[in-house]
Amino acid sequence: MEGTITNFIYLICISLFIIGLKKLSSPDSARTGNLLAAAGMIGALIVTLITPLPDGDNNYPWIAGGILVGTIIGLVAAKKIKMTAMPEMVSIFNGLGGACAMLLSIVEFYNHPSGEPLLSGQIITTFFALFVGSISFTGSLVAYGKLDGFLRDSLVPPAPKVVNMLLLLIILTVSVYTMLQPELNFTYIMVVLILSLIYGVTFVTPIGGGDMPVVISLLNSFTGLGAALAGLIYGNQVMLVGGVLVGAAGTILTMLMCKAMNRSLLNVIVGGFTVSGGSTAESGDQVAKVATYADTAIMLKYAQKVMVVPGYGMAVAQAQHTVHDLEKILEAEGVSLKYAIHPVAGRMPGHMNVLLAEADVPYPKLLDLDEANREFPSTDVVLVIGANDVVNPAAKTDTASPIYGMPILDVEQAKNVIVLKRSMNPGYAGIQNQLFFGERTRMLFGDAKSSISKLIEEMNNV
Amino acid sequence: MDLFYQLIGDNLTMIYILVFIIFLGTEVISNVPTVLHTPLMSGANAISGVVIIGAVLLIRQASSDDYTILTLGFFGIMLAMINVAGGFAVTNRMLEMFKKKKK
Repeated sequence: MEGTITNFIYLICISLFIIGLKKLSSPDSARTGNLLAAAGMIGALIVTLITPLPDGDNNYPWIAGGILVGTIIGLVAAKKIKMTAMPEMVSIFNGLGGACAMLLSIVEFYNHPSGEPLLSGQIITTFFALFVGSISFTGSLVAYGKLDGFLRDSLVPPAPKVVNMLLLLIILTVSVYTMLQPELNFTYIMVVLILSLIYGVTFVTPIGGGDMPVVISLLNSFTGLGAALAGLIYGNQVMLVGGVLVGAAGTILTMLMCKAMNRSLLNVIVGGFTVSGGSTAESGDQVAKVATYADTAIMLKYAQKVMVVPGYGMAVAQAQHTVHDLEKILEAEGVSLKYAIHPVAGRMPGHMNVLLAEADVPYPKLLDLDEANREFPSTDVVLVIGANDVVNPAAKTDTASPIYGMPILDVEQAKNVIVLKRSMNPGYAGIQNQLFFGERTRMLFGDAKSSISKLIEEMNNV
Repeated sequence: MDLFYQLIGDNLTMIYILVFIIFLGTEVISNVPTVLHTPLMSGANAISGVVIIGAVLLIRQASSDDYTILTLGFFGIMLAMINVAGGFAVTNRMLEMFKKKKK
């Protein structure tokens, strides 16, 4: 009787997840969608808490403690975090979910009654959950480190492909060997656990920081998979369906992002940006032209059409509000200003959209890749704010370049290009950008926020 | 081979659900505008915290003096809850900003 009620409520919660995700994929209903999914989660949690179980001591104080501490940490972190650090935050949250799946499978092995056969579907599933959860945990932490900048791309283990294949092989062998034993040996489980944790690190480390959006999305689908596998172990539908939904969503997003960069997922994982093409050397003796604030201010003021191309540099400098101020000043002068958003600009899909939304930039001003490329030939001034690889013409011309084939924003078609950048250092992908040496390009060095503030100052003086 | 049949046989309903949800999940999410990629990712990430259900069941089934399981379960709940609470809150915060300038 109680079982039926429990399962019925689970069904409602599952429906809420699905409706929630559906609504999350349309701008008007996204907020409702998120709240519905959250309601589904709370419902599922409450039902799981009160359903009578045949055995066990309930141990409610432990549960309450865990929920309380987790909620407080989660809510505070979500409130405190800066909008620019969102990718890092999502990455950490994701790793924690993976860690939970990992802990569950450890306990599952720990609880395994002696004498029970080890060669069973249950044990295989548990091994999978242990593996996937561990990768998701350490992989997300490495992704966080790369996004945050304390792990540099140059920190690559020797021969990553060989190491990864070897690790996978050992993990598989030890797992199979464990299952063929008459009794479960917990030491082997620990070996699999530790190797899986290491694999998570060696799997993500060689992948370039510029590819982190794809990796986070992929790891997100791993965590979903971990939850789904745990659902199989517990015979629990909410976990199964919730996990699979996330797995599918993560996979689709990963594919969308790979498509935007015109690379296959395999290429992202195996290829990496570890070695940049030989074409970088030849730009050594070229000199980029430097712009002055006064010139740029005048140029902007007397332009008719200005396009802003934001990138990760804008996020780092927290310049989105200042950019919006510049937009308002120019609009007041009768200049039309729009934003060209590359699908992989920043460190997360839609990263720029979120930042500009935070600064109150209206939707219709944000153009996607195709719209923007149609506009560039008639644009007077393009302001490239901290973007690099997404405006690199090498993607079209240089077959040796690692980003060759990626659709880019054709900013060089505009009459003038002003590039705001901290220094001449190449972007995250480590590739030199010919755009900077272009005929119509001027560089404006410095932190994006202070540069734009100075531009605004100059503009008021003109 | 027997193992394979046993695996399929034991979990037939679950496997049905699994396959249908993969199709459903793919279908539901396939047409997302770029603006919503980040919130969707973060929302989906919060849902993946559903693994907390397993941790709750785990602790409830444990006996009250098995401190190994209780401790591991406690951490499981705490970590997954950070994922759930933080994930939904962060997503809501992002979406609130979209809301503002839609008159």
